[in-house]
Amino acid sequence: MQLYINGEARRVEQIDSVADLIASLDLAGRRIAVEVNEAIVPRTRHTTTTLNEGDRVEIVHAIGGG
Amino acid sequence: MSIDSQWDTPLQIAGRRFASRLLVGTGKYRDLEETGAAVEASGAEIVTVAVRRSNIGQNPDEPNLLDVISPERYTILPNTAGCYNARDAVRTCQLARELLDGHDLVKLEVLGNDHTLYPNVMETISAARTLVEDGFDVMVYTSDDPIVAAELESMGCCAVMPLGSLIGSGHGLLNPHALSLIIDNARVPILVDAGIGTPSDAAMAMELGCDGVLVNSAIAHARQPVLMARAMKKAVEAGRDARLAERMGRKTYAASPSSPTEGLFTG
Repeated sequence: MQLYINGEARRVEQIDSVADLIASLDLAGRRIAVEVNEAIVPRTRHTTTTLNEGDRVEIVHAIGGG
Repeated sequence: MSIDSQWDTPLQIAGRRFASRLLVGTGKYRDLEETGAAVEASGAEIVTVAVRRSNIGQNPDEPNLLDVISPERYTILPNTAGCYNARDAVRTCQLARELLDGHDLVKLEVLGNDHTLYPNVMETISAARTLVEDGFDVMVYTSDDPIVAAELESMGCCAVMPLGSLIGSGHGLLNPHALSLIIDNARVPILVDAGIGTPSDAAMAMELGCDGVLVNSAIAHARQPVLMARAMKKAVEAGRDARLAERMGRKTYAASPSSPTEGLFTG
């Protein structure tokens, strides 16, 4: 299936949930926040939120800023 | 009783109490080690961060800012820097709240254009309204317009942060009179955000009666950021003490010697 992850088109295989995607990107356990199609997916729902063809996923973290 | 508790009370923002009146940013440092050392030297308890796209597998071992600036030790203040409309700023705050496990203190800034970074007050007011309704504690970056500052306060923002001069400019306080008007009419903390170039600017802001200052570039872009962080800490403390002590009056002609004029043996 094709997803748009942080603005990048990516083909992913065997990814059902947000949690699967995070694990496949080596981001499990990191301090991140996730949006799918501009709706926040709370941490508690990463395993139960399924991803579908064409979903736009944003994964953000904190960086230096003023 | 320490001299601090005898003369001063802690800075209170949205029900939280802080001993330090210096807030610092974490942008523009050479690396995270320098960031951590400068924040430590500043004595700041409130530390701003930005929210950006995570790298997605390009560099999985990249160190994380929040490992250095731990949310257990510091009050993290996520900002909406880089947002040019209310919708993007609200979305950024919502992501920050998720990122920080429900933490609802945010620094709202909505910019007008990318060459001045001057605040867009119309979009700022619109975003502030939405965020306050959504339960956020909003510290709001704005212009030094006293009417706008009062409006943001009346909408429920927990602190108003007028600029001293443009973000990153280091021009100091270009309109101290406007800042005084804001301070005199405010019932929420007023913090100068943006423009501080050097510790004397920070001291001046505190002497004017600001409740605190937020500094990033002036520390990060000093040749020795850790030393400058310590200098800012001292300047904010000195300015605050000077405000509480109430300065002497200015005299035009009536020069008054500090040493006695009586008992002179030189005739």
